[in-house]
Order: sequence, then structure tokens, then C-alpha cells
Amino acid sequence: MKTFNYKDRKDTRSGFGAGLFEAGKKNKNVVALCADLTGSLKMNQFADEFPERFIQCGIAEANMIGTAAGLTIGGKIPFAGTFANFATGRVYDQIRQSVAYSNKNVKICASHAGLTLGEDGATHQILEDIGLMKMLPGMVVINPCDYNQTKAATIAISEYEGPVYLRFGRPKVPNFTPENQKFEIGKALLLDEGTDVTIFATGHLVWKAIEAAEILEQKNISCEIINIHTIKPLDEKTILQSVSKTKAVVTAEEHMMNGGLGDSIAQLLSRKLPAPIEMVAVNDTFGESGTPEELLTKYDVDTENIVSAVEAVLKRK
Amino acid sequence: MSDTQNLKQIASQVRRDIVRMVHAQNSGHPGGSLGCADFLTSLYFEIMDYDPKNFDMDAKDQDVFFLSNGHLSALWYSVLARSGAFETKELSTFRTLNSRLQGHPATKENLPGIRVASGSLGQGLSVACGTAITKKLNNDPHIVYTLHGDGELQEGQIWEAALFAAHHKIDNLIATVDFNGQQIDGPVDDIMTLGNLTAKWESFGWKVLEMDGNNMADVVKTLNHAKTLTGNDKPIVILMKTEMGMGVDFMMGSHKWHGVAPNDEQLQTALNQLEETLGDY
Repeated sequence: MKTFNYKDRKDTRSGFGAGLFEAGKKNKNVVALCADLTGSLKMNQFADEFPERFIQCGIAEANMIGTAAGLTIGGKIPFAGTFANFATGRVYDQIRQSVAYSNKNVKICASHAGLTLGEDGATHQILEDIGLMKMLPGMVVINPCDYNQTKAATIAISEYEGPVYLRFGRPKVPNFTPENQKFEIGKALLLDEGTDVTIFATGHLVWKAIEAAEILEQKNISCEIINIHTIKPLDEKTILQSVSKTKAVVTAEEHMMNGGLGDSIAQLLSRKLPAPIEMVAVNDTFGESGTPEELLTKYDVDTENIVSAVEAVLKRK
Repeated sequence: MSDTQNLKQIASQVRRDIVRMVHAQNSGHPGGSLGCADFLTSLYFEIMDYDPKNFDMDAKDQDVFFLSNGHLSALWYSVLARSGAFETKELSTFRTLNSRLQGHPATKENLPGIRVASGSLGQGLSVACGTAITKKLNNDPHIVYTLHGDGELQEGQIWEAALFAAHHKIDNLIATVDFNGQQIDGPVDDIMTLGNLTAKWESFGWKVLEMDGNNMADVVKTLNHAKTLTGNDKPIVILMKTEMGMGVDFMMGSHKWHGVAPNDEQLQTALNQLEETLGDY
């Protein structure tokens, strides 16, 4: 298989902060809102450089979402940022009515998603956010895998008209995608070709999928790895093309199995191209305090789990 | 100045529209709609600076109104149609399948005049704050208006927005509260009392005005006065006393007509009390 290298480990939230600043430089209609987590979301550079376009909302997320919807009337492009738990579950109805149903050009920017938030524990570790957001008609759902891709995605969504949910996280992870790679919303990225099985991964689990494929290569198993950075709209064409070749599927994500990426891919395949599928995801449980790596291991969303899932799915092929 | 006689005539027709629309589909919210008919008529026909016939979602260089208590949709649709936003005959499609006149206001069907969906309560003040900030960023000196129910003030988001508007000195915003003292389950004071609303809003940093929402002259005078108070670093709220069901005697003084349609006989009784001034749709 291809060799994947990286120079440094970086957090995806910093990719968001850098992308937001770039988007703000490019387009003066870009405005940013934050609910008292400016530092955590790395929005400081934008706030410092464009103070008139940065709106501090305090710890009041419902109002932040409504305000963001209102800002679009007159042409602003609001990026509303907070932790994923407060950006989705806490404000679901505000997003549903004022943003999604009203088709407002709001970018909901959600950091500290999933287990890798770590020590703060289950109150903050939302694992349901992708499911909540993808159920909303018209909502685009994006979960990039590293710093470079998150930065590119942030810039790309500023140029897209319509509601978007952008999910990223806290831990430093290998920054391996090419710098300045163009981000195309809804276009899955084939990272490596393989013949025995396709691993569809999203977010932080993309690097884990690469690690798993390296281990599996030693066992003479050839994995195709596809980075699904956009969960909605799903790149059906790329997925069906790959599965028609490999005829076996593993999905990997730092999210609940119900409502996640695996759920979307299983829906597609069961309708159009039935194939054995195994899902690496959190299975109907809340998280807890711990280090990110400890949590990924304990909740069965680690490299080893992808390896086992591939071995299991190949037995069903 | 204003010709309140003309406004009263329009409001009478709007009230006819409301009861006819709600009756036709046996569905809707006549009580609050009738109570706020004088206010919304004044706003659209006297107070706001906008072009009714050329709807612009971005509301560039014009005043904006958001109906936060979206169940007053029959009232809003009637006022929009009577102001020329769309044909009055479309009012007959209210709450029917494939209509642009959804049960609660929506943007999906591109009905001129609607900029955000409402119905789930408590969200309109936040939206208005956002649009008011955009107007400031765009150096557009126009005003953002809202209407809320008093029961709606039980939603926490309203008070988040109240803090936010005062903190950010959103002084191009005039919110109005329909203070009719009624909500679905009964009198507001029995369900969840709001206490001293004037003191509450003042303590949040707002300029508070009061008016009689069923006295057209007072409505016009107070709204014009509110306009003169914009630009002074403070958001403005008007506590508007109204009578739910105003204009139709058997609908007044009770919460019972919040979300109930009149039957054929009741419709006739209601229409007998409301002069047809502009021609029924």
C-alpha cells in the first residue's frame, strides 16, 4: 500500500481557526459568533483581526443560533462556534426552525466532538451529533480528518450557500493530507486502492483506518481506504464504485453507530448494492473521563477494532 | 400625520379576513390575531419604510418585521396581502395542501414578506438581533421590528436575546409584546406569571414603552415615538395591552379562542360585527 507520512500532529480545531481567518480575509461578509469558547475553538485570530465582525454571545447557545440565522438576512455568512454538544443537541429546535427549515446560510461549527474530548467526560462528549444534523432536510454534514483538511473545509463552506454542520475536535492528530488540497463538499477521497475490502472512515478515524490497513497488509489483506469527509450529501458514486470491486465494507467513525456514517452507508448499500458490512462505532453507550487514546480503546473505536472488523467482514464475504 | 380612520378601515377588513380564513379550514388562531390586528396594520400601512410589492429577502435599505409568535399567521398573511405583497385571493389557500400560506409562517414556499420560519416560540427576538447587527454592519439605518406573545416570554431564549441585545447596544430594534394576559391553558398569571414586565425589561437594559394595542391613535403615536428613540444605545420594547379576540364580542375576554375556529353561525355573527371595507377576498 501507499505510505502515508506526516510532519506534525495538529488539532483539527486549529485548522478551523486558521480556515476561519482565511475565509474572513477573503470575504468581508464572513462573520463569527462564539458562546464563550473563543480560545477553545481557536477563533482568536479572527476575533482580533476583525473585531467588528466577531460577535461574542456569552453562554447562550440558543440565542447564538437564532442570531446567526438573522445575520444572513442582508448577506452575512455567519460561522457560529461552540462545543459539538452545545452546537447540536442543546439547540436542535433553533437549528431546525430558524436555520434548516428557513434555509439560512449558517455554518454551525462544532468542536470537541466525540470521545477524544477526553477528560471532561460524557456530558461534553456528544456521539449523536452527526445523526441529529444529517436528519435535517438540506443540512450539509462535514467531518474532516486533520488540520489541513479542516482548514480547507472551513474555507470551502464559506463559499457554499446553505446550512452546514462542520464537526471537528480537540486532540492533536497526524496532519497528513496535503496542504492547500482543494476541499470539494460531497466528494469522497480515495486515499489508497485495495481489492479485498473497503474501509470508509471519517474524522479522526481516517488515520486509524490507515494504521489498520498497514497492519492488515502484513496479513496479505488489501484494503481500499476512502475518506468520507462529507457524510451528507453522501458520495454514492464513489462508494458504489469501490464496493462493486471489493464486495466487503468496514465503516469507522468516532460517533454512535445509530445515526452515524456506517448507518448512512448501510442504508445506501442495502438499497443499491448489498454487501457484508461491519461498523466500528460507539455502540449505544455514553462515554466517560479518560485520555483520548484510552477512550478510543475502551469504546472499541481504535485501530485494533478496524483490523478485527476487516477480518470479520472477510469471513462473511 | 396619520389617518387613523383609514387604518381602522384596513384593520376591520383584516379582522374579516382572519375569521374567514380560520373558518374556511376550521383551523388556526383567531384570538391573538384579532387582538394584534391594529398593531400590525399600523406597522405595515403607516410605520415601516419598505416596498410591499417588491419583496427582498435581504431587506436592503428597508425596515423589517419578524413575527415571533408565528401562530398569528392569519393576521400576518392578511396584512401582507392587503399591503400588496401577494394577491388577496391567495388567502383562501390558508392552511391547505400545497399552499404558500402554511399553518405557521415559512420561507420554503417563498411567500413574499416571510424571512424566517416561526411557530416554535421564543426564536424571533434572536433572529431580529442578528438582522439588526447586519444592518449596522451594512450601514443601513433601517429598523427591525418584532412581535411576541406574552406567554412566549416564558421561553428562556427570549431572555438570552434580551441580555444579548442590551450588551451589544442593538438600538435599531423595536420589539413589541402582545400583553393580552392569556395563553392556551388559561390566564398567564395562573399558568406562569410574568411578574413586573416593565421592571424586568428595564433591568435587562431595555427602554420600555407601553401602549393600548387596540387604540389605533395610541398605537401609531407610540410606534412613532419608539422610532425617535432608536440610535440611543438601547433596544426598545413596547408592552402592548390588547384584548384577545378584539372586534368579535364572543371571542373577547377569554383564552378559549386562542386556537379554535368559529362554526358557520359564529362566523356570521362575527362578520356582522366587522365592516367589509376593502372587499372580501
